Amino acid sequence: MKRALVIAALGFSLAAGLAVAASDPRRSGFDFMSRETQAMQKDDFSNPGMLWVQDGADLFKARTGTSGKACADCHAEPSMKGVAARYPAFNAKTSRPIDLQGRINQCRLDRQGAPELPLEGHDLLALTAYVAQQSRGLPVSPATDPRLEPFRRQGEALYKKKLGQLNFSCADCHDANAGRRLAGAPIPEAHPTGYPLYRLEWQALGSLQKRMRGCMSGVRAEPYGYGAPEFVAIELYLMSRASGMPMETPGVRP
Amino acid sequence: MVRPLLGLLSLLAFANHARAEPLRPYRIVKGEIPASLSGKPGDAAKGRAIVVDRQTGLCLLCHSGPFPEARQQGDLAPSLAGAGSRSSVGRLRLKIVDSRALNPATIMPSYYRTQGLAQVAKAWEGKPVLTAQQIEDVVAFLATLKTP
Ligand code: HEC
Ligand code: HEC
Ligand code: HEC
Repeated sequence: MKRALVIAALGFSLAAGLAVAASDPRRSGFDFMSRETQAMQKDDFSNPGMLWVQDGADLFKARTGTSGKACADCHAEPSMKGVAARYPAFNAKTSRPIDLQGRINQCRLDRQGAPELPLEGHDLLALTAYVAQQSRGLPVSPATDPRLEPFRRQGEALYKKKLGQLNFSCADCHDANAGRRLAGAPIPEAHPTGYPLYRLEWQALGSLQKRMRGCMSGVRAEPYGYGAPEFVAIELYLMSRASGMPMETPGVRP
Repeated sequence: MVRPLLGLLSLLAFANHARAEPLRPYRIVKGEIPASLSGKPGDAAKGRAIVVDRQTGLCLLCHSGPFPEARQQGDLAPSLAGAGSRSSVGRLRLKIVDSRALNPATIMPSYYRTQGLAQVAKAWEGKPVLTAQQIEDVVAFLATLKTP
């Protein structure tokens, strides 16, 4: 089977185990899932997110733009290892944090001479999944640049801000009520370790921002737009909150 | 016309002039809203339908209760079974209208409120979660939930 070969050829190894140390009270969304969904994530042959990873691998090698260069021409195979685990990072060009999707688009524009890919479109998700998959199993290691600190604090404040007609903060659910059931669904702790990930409800791969937009709509709040600075700030906060937890990309969620 | 309410702890919430749906004023007296919000009695059967509907009442996102047909119930809040024995009708009404008036730290949404909220989605701007009559229906239903 083509897919099986491709996956074998890329040399994917299963994440060595998703659990954090037993003494660590934090739990990935993975731990709240049914055994079947966990098995789907753990097995690359049944994890639908691997299809996007494969597309991303192809795109990484494709020459494009006025430079006629592929990502792979500048970034040799293992060079993306660990990158996703420390994003968002400080972007000197804009003096702001930039997340992985934004960073990839920056290389498209500045290095390849190609137009930015649409946020949440297939190609950018695929490239991001391919890059982030190379951090799978590695601990989240937030960038330490002190210039990120005010943005991380902004993210934390946004996480704790009550929003929408139902007047909930992210923390009301994910800190105060994690592990309890909202209707049938267990409320996870909102760790960003699996993104982009395949959600059964979406029947597709989606970004962390897509997930957050869903939560915001759920409390009848107007969600921030894709790429909004508020989202990048929250991502920064969520990554620092998940520091040390293993990356899972591509995760699977219900 | 202003009627002095001697000796009563009272608070008046005035109608807000949001475009979508002006709220009717109500009066909180000793932790209760004694009068019907809509001026009419509620319909318990309609109230039950609102409570079990995940899009309208949202109650079972957080609560459980004697609703065998609702398979997905929440456990963020106590069961609604016996709610009508635990509280008076006026208190149930206040609990739904503005639960934060009874417990400022609660996560239970205020169902009849349009102000002091941030970033409300366009479709809900200026609208309460339930209308005055829907709240009366829910209250009439809750009052029937007696402890056996
Ligand atoms: C009313 C409760 C509630 C609020 C408020 C809420 N969420 Fe969620 N969130 C959930 C539930 C429930 C899920 C799991 C959904 C599922 O599996 O079907 C979830 C999932 C998530 C996940 C996915 C975690 C994973 O393992 O993939 C993230 C991240 C997240 N939320 C972030 C946020 C952020 C950021 C906010 C604030 C903007 C927020 N949530 C607000 C209930 C909430
Ligand atoms: C012409 C060479 C070139 C091309 C083509 C290129 N990049 Fe880059 N990329 C760089 C350089 C140089 C850097 C680091 C310096 C900088 O720009 O900040 C970088 C940085 C990055 C980073 C951040 C790494 C880190 O450690 O923070 C990512 C992610 C990245 N590139 C992804 C891509 C992807 C995906 C593509 C294809 C869509 C691509 N790049 C195309 C040259 C290139
Ligand atoms: C977001 C979660 C949430 C939703 C939605 C919610 N509640 Fe509550 N409710 C609570 C919590 C938590 C309490 C516990 C007391 C408190 O926090 O004030 C509570 C308490 C109550 C009480 C008083 C406790 C008792 O049984 O004596 C009643 C009655 C009640 N809720 C009815 C409702 C009804 C009816 C609805 C739907 C119209 C509803 N609630 C929706 C969270 C919720």
